[in-house]
Amino acid sequence: MEATHDHAHDDHGHHPTGLVRYFFTTNHKDIGSMYLWFSLIMFFVGGFMALVIRAELFQPGIQIVNPDVFNQLTTIHALVMIFGAVMPAFVGFANWQIPLMVGASDMAFARMNNWSFWLMPPAALLLVGSFLVPGGAAGSGWTLYPPLSIQGGISVDMTILAVHIMGASSIMGSINIVTTILNMRAPGMTLMRMPMFVWTWLITAYLLIAVMPVLAGAVTMLLTDRHFGTHFFNAAGGGDPTMFMHIFWFFGHPEVYIMILPAFGIISHIIPTFARKPLFGYASMVYATSSIALLSFIVWGHHMFTVGMPAAGNLFFMYATMLIAVPTGVKVFNWIATMWKGSMTFETPMLFAVAFVSLFTIGGFSGLVLAITPVDITLHNTYYVVAHFHYVLFSGAIFSIMGGAYYWLPKWTGHMYDEKLGKVHFWLTAISFNITFFPQHFLGLAGMPRRIPDYAPQFTEFNQISSVGAFLLGLSQLIFLYVIIKCIRGGVKAEAKSWEGAEGLEWTVPSPAPYHTFETPPAFH
Amino acid sequence: METSIAQKNAVLAKKLVIIALIMGGFGLALVPFYRQICEATGISQSRIVAQKASGEVDMARTVTVEFVASNSNWLNWSFEALDKIVQVHPGQQTVVNYRVVNNTGRKIIGQAVPSYAPTEAAPFFKKLQCFCFDQQTFAPGESRDMQVIFVVEPGLPADIQRISLSYTFFDVTAEAGNK
Repeated sequence: MEATHDHAHDDHGHHPTGLVRYFFTTNHKDIGSMYLWFSLIMFFVGGFMALVIRAELFQPGIQIVNPDVFNQLTTIHALVMIFGAVMPAFVGFANWQIPLMVGASDMAFARMNNWSFWLMPPAALLLVGSFLVPGGAAGSGWTLYPPLSIQGGISVDMTILAVHIMGASSIMGSINIVTTILNMRAPGMTLMRMPMFVWTWLITAYLLIAVMPVLAGAVTMLLTDRHFGTHFFNAAGGGDPTMFMHIFWFFGHPEVYIMILPAFGIISHIIPTFARKPLFGYASMVYATSSIALLSFIVWGHHMFTVGMPAAGNLFFMYATMLIAVPTGVKVFNWIATMWKGSMTFETPMLFAVAFVSLFTIGGFSGLVLAITPVDITLHNTYYVVAHFHYVLFSGAIFSIMGGAYYWLPKWTGHMYDEKLGKVHFWLTAISFNITFFPQHFLGLAGMPRRIPDYAPQFTEFNQISSVGAFLLGLSQLIFLYVIIKCIRGGVKAEAKSWEGAEGLEWTVPSPAPYHTFETPPAFH
Repeated sequence: METSIAQKNAVLAKKLVIIALIMGGFGLALVPFYRQICEATGISQSRIVAQKASGEVDMARTVTVEFVASNSNWLNWSFEALDKIVQVHPGQQTVVNYRVVNNTGRKIIGQAVPSYAPTEAAPFFKKLQCFCFDQQTFAPGESRDMQVIFVVEPGLPADIQRISLSYTFFDVTAEAGNK
C-alpha cells in the first residue's frame, strides 16, 4: 500500500520508461497490458502445438510426431491454453477494466499485482521448456491423472511446479480483485449497480480462491507420491488413482466456470452497447452467475461417469449438471432479449458477441448431451468431448476475449482499430472454427478416441476437414495480431466514449485512458 | 481516509487468505473423507484380508471367472494366470494358480493388488487365501506358483454371469526396504 501511496504523489506525470517500467510497474494499466500480451503470446504457442496435432491427424498412421510427443503436445497445449492464454487474458481485462469500471485509482494491492504477473512468465517457461528435458514434456494429459503422472520423468515435476506457481499467481490476483471490488468502488455504486463484468469477476475471484488451493493440494500429493514415498494415488501402497480424479475435478469443474464467467461479463457489456439498450434482466444475470458458481462445486462427478461410481452417485451428478442449464439458459435468454428490438449495428465486437451467444449455446447443448450418464459412458474420451469443450472454450471464452479486445482497444490505445480487417478476422475465425470443430462431433459419435495420434481409416475425411479448418483458423489469428499492432501504432482518434451506445465509468475518461485515472473517486449516478 | 481504505483492504485480504488456507486444508481432508466413504459404501476395501464364505452351494447356476495378470513399473518379470478361465458354481470353493518368474538379477519384493470387473461383483467375491494378502519376496531368477482360493457368494446379482479378476503386481522393494 505504501508503494501506491508514494506512487500517486511522486510519479505523477513522470514514470519509468522502457523495460524497467514494466518490470517494476504497479500501475494496473501496465500490468493489464502485460497480462494481455502474455496471453496473446501463449495463445500462439498453444496454437502452434494444436497445429502440429492437427497435422499429425491429417492422415491415419504416424507421420510427423511419435505417439509420446503427440501425448506431450495434447497435454501442454491444454495447460498452455488454460493457464497461459485464457486465464491471464481475463486477468488482463480485470486489471485494465475493473479499476476503471468501479472508479478506483488502481488495484487494492498494487505491488502484489506486479508479483502476480511476474510469476507467470517463469511458470510458462517451465511448462514449455519441459519439452527440452530428457524424456520430453509431461504426457499424462492436462488432468495429470496417475499412474501416468507418477511414472513420468522430471518434466512432470516441472509441470507440477508450474501449476503451483500459476495457482499462487491466481490466488494473489483474486485477492486483489475481490478487495478492489468490495472496498474501492466509487461512492454510490452499490453491489447491485456494479457493471456486469465486475460482478462476474467478483464471483470468479471467489471461485479461484476456493479451488486453486485444492488443485495445489492435489498436485502436491502427486509430488510426494513421486518423490517422498507416500501412496495417496499409488495403488501399490494402497493408494487410489480414482481419488486423484475426485480431488482434481473438485477443482476442475469450478475451473471451467472460472474460464467462462468473465466471458459472460464481457458479452454483457458488448451486446447492450451495440443493441443500444440496457442489459435485459440485470438482477437475474447476477443471480444466474452466482447459481452457476455455486452449482459448479457439486457436479465434478460428471467428468468421471466411467470410473464405476454407484448408480446413485452417477444420477446425482447427472441431475446436478443438468440443473446448471437453467441459470445458463437465463443468461442466454437475457442476451437475446437485450438484442430484441434494439438498434443493432454489427461492429467487430458485436459480431464476436453474437457468435459467442450462438456457438457457446451449441457447446452448452453438447454439454447437456454429455451430462446424460449412459450417453457419456459411450462418448467419454471421444472426439465428441473435444468438440464440446472447444465450443465452450474457443467460441465461448476466446471469442469473448477477442470481442472484448476489439471493444476496449480504443480505450486502451486511443485509436479505433481497422474495422474492415477486424471483420475479416471475425468471419475467417468464425467459419474456420466451425470447419475445425463441428466435424469432431461426428468423429466422436462414430467412436474416435481422443489423445491418440493414429485412427481407423473411416475417420479420415472428417479429420482432414478438421485439419484444414485448423490451419485456416490458426493463420487467421495473424490478422488479429496485425490489427492490434496497427491499432497501437495509429488510426482514427478514439473519443472518450468510443461507442455510441457504451455506458459506464470507463467511457468517461479520455482515450487512451491516462496513466492515472480516478485519483479522486468519480460521481456515480 | 486513505489509511482507512488501506486498513480495510488489509483486513479483507487477511480474510481471503484464510479462506484460501481453509480450502487448501479441505483439499487434503478430502483424502480421509474419500477413504471413509469408500469403506462405508463398500466400494473399495482398503485392507486386503482373508474372508469367510457362507456354506451354501448353488449347483443350478454357473458363473464364468476370468483371471488377468499385469505388471506395473515395467518389472522385468513374467506374471501370468495359469488358470485363465474357470466355471464355478456360486458357493463352491475353487483354487486357481498364478505364476511369477523373476527374470531380474535382484531380489524383488512385490505386492499384488486385485481389481474386479464389474465392480458390482466385488462384494460377492470372497478370497479365502491369496498371495495378495502379503508382500511376496522373490530371489533373483526364482519361479513360483501362487494360489488364490476363492468363493463366489450365492448372493451375486443374477445379471452377472462373468467376473474378471485382475491382479497388478507392483514392485515395492524400495518402500519395503525403508520399513
